[in-house]
Amino acid sequence: MNNRDQLLSVKDLSISFKLRRGALTAVNRVSFDLAKGERLGLVGESGAGKSVTGFGILNLVSKPGRITGGSIHFEGRDLTRLSEEELRRIRGNRISMIFQDPMMTLNPVLTIGTQMEETLLAHRNISRREAAAIALDRIRKVAISSPEKRLKQYPHEFSGGMRQRIVIAIALLTSPALIIADEPTTALDVTIQADILELLLHLCESEQMGLILITHDLAVVSQVTDRIAVMYAGMIMETGSTEQIITKPQHPYTRGLLGALPQNIPRGGRLKQIPGVMPSPSSIPPGCPFGDRCLSCEDVCRREVPPLTPKEAGCLAACHLLD
Amino acid sequence: MSVWREVKQSYFLYSFLRDPLAVASSFCLLILILASFGAPLVAPHNPYDTTTIDIMDAELPPLWHENGDNRFLLGTDSQGRDMLSTMLYGMRVSIIIGLGAVALQGVMGILVGLVAGYKGGQLEALLMRMADVQLSFSTYMVAIFFGALFQAAFGMGMYERFAIPLLIMIIGFAEWPQYARTVRASVMAEKKKEYVEAARVIGLRSSRIMWRHILPNTMTSVLVISTVQVANAIMSEAALSFIGLGMPVTRPSLGSLIKAGFDYIFSGSWWITLFPGIALVLLILSINLLGDWLRDFLNPKLYKE
Repeated sequence: MNNRDQLLSVKDLSISFKLRRGALTAVNRVSFDLAKGERLGLVGESGAGKSVTGFGILNLVSKPGRITGGSIHFEGRDLTRLSEEELRRIRGNRISMIFQDPMMTLNPVLTIGTQMEETLLAHRNISRREAAAIALDRIRKVAISSPEKRLKQYPHEFSGGMRQRIVIAIALLTSPALIIADEPTTALDVTIQADILELLLHLCESEQMGLILITHDLAVVSQVTDRIAVMYAGMIMETGSTEQIITKPQHPYTRGLLGALPQNIPRGGRLKQIPGVMPSPSSIPPGCPFGDRCLSCEDVCRREVPPLTPKEAGCLAACHLLD
Repeated sequence: MSVWREVKQSYFLYSFLRDPLAVASSFCLLILILASFGAPLVAPHNPYDTTTIDIMDAELPPLWHENGDNRFLLGTDSQGRDMLSTMLYGMRVSIIIGLGAVALQGVMGILVGLVAGYKGGQLEALLMRMADVQLSFSTYMVAIFFGALFQAAFGMGMYERFAIPLLIMIIGFAEWPQYARTVRASVMAEKKKEYVEAARVIGLRSSRIMWRHILPNTMTSVLVISTVQVANAIMSEAALSFIGLGMPVTRPSLGSLIKAGFDYIFSGSWWITLFPGIALVLLILSINLLGDWLRDFLNPKLYKE
């Protein structure tokens, strides 16, 4: 990948939460790249550090957490070194974020139109009328009927799926280069999930936007993304093209995840699961964090943390046992 | 026109009309407010105009009494002023002081509470300890102290001229922590909600998030304590006047009328103190009942059967 097409480059990003009983490392030396218009899925169990990574990119990790190492290069600038004001200009402008629960992310006392105009006025030097025109255009793009009327309404007058469409419209307002979507469909029912994903995919393709899709749902990622990174206990375990991860997973953890999908199990058969639970950030074992649950764990796994290295199948994986 | 239609169809109006107590108290309050602010038009006499006052009319009983004079519906006070007119003018003074003090409390308290709740840390600690210190002085103590100080420093003449703004300042200052605490508590709750996080992700400035996003969401609690605080401020003013540190007798409020009448109660002129007392109770009661209804309406968890 040459430098010109590169949009985002995260290198050795570490984020820890400083608590009274010591620092908890939620994200541990995570690295990945994203090209312009590329869509990456960040997959993992709850607590794997996916969302923290997402907030980390915007440098908005809530206290007492903070970025303790690494760099985040976005459009040629290191986001970890920018001032608060420079970051504010990037947030919502070049990088937008979509959250899990659209019930919660819209302000209940402001109309949709006001909230959309506000985003634009924070980043563009335009009049309120021009902002309203752009808002109207964007809300049409997310396929909401009678948009003029809808802009004057409050969030409680919309259904869940509609609200997520509005949240997406707000994220699109400033034509950002990157959208971080943190479990955008988890709070919606299945039929609407498909609509929203299709919309997101369509918009990313037509507007040439990069997407980081954070989810625990492999089915969702496989529909939308070009590449997948699998996270476990704050580390990336395996990353490769979506097709390779879904059809030929290399890392024992990825294999376990895919094996646990109900559709991969014969009808009437017993559902599979990975034995054990993910270690909490306060008690990550030395060596491979997945070691305790891995069926083919060896001595070397208990001693050394496996580095993320290229493997034969064409992916990067953090496992001692793969060549 | 469409605004009117919206109001007509709103749940607010529906639940208001279904509560007879709320309707009655707001009706009562409306009449009191209209009568007191329209006093120059409504009142039969002007108690501030000394040329119309005759000392020979002093202490006349109400109209229905055998010695009553049909010029004075509710009788006259010790200086010969018409009780009804004096009460209407006095109620206006009381309401102005109540509203003024609450406006001052509100501005100070909301500002302090919003900044403390949103910024947190040492600034919050400093501001809220200031509020605690202020609260540990009783309102009356502060009022008596400053009232007496002003009277001693500038004399009674100046005091009479500046009594209204002075009382607004004193009562406003003494009670701002009520607002600061309420606003801070709801800002802390709102701050954790996702829409605030979303606003930060959008890249809004923190001043904009504070004023435009968080503040309107705390207005429910502000509205409810405001009704209580207006009633409290009017009562504080009445209490201060009763002990002689509020409004002077030349420009009486309800409190100073009660006090003035109290000196004559043993000579049989009960009406001088009773009627302003009834007016004060009616005013406070209707404000409080309306506030209660508003609290119930805005907090669905407290719905009555």
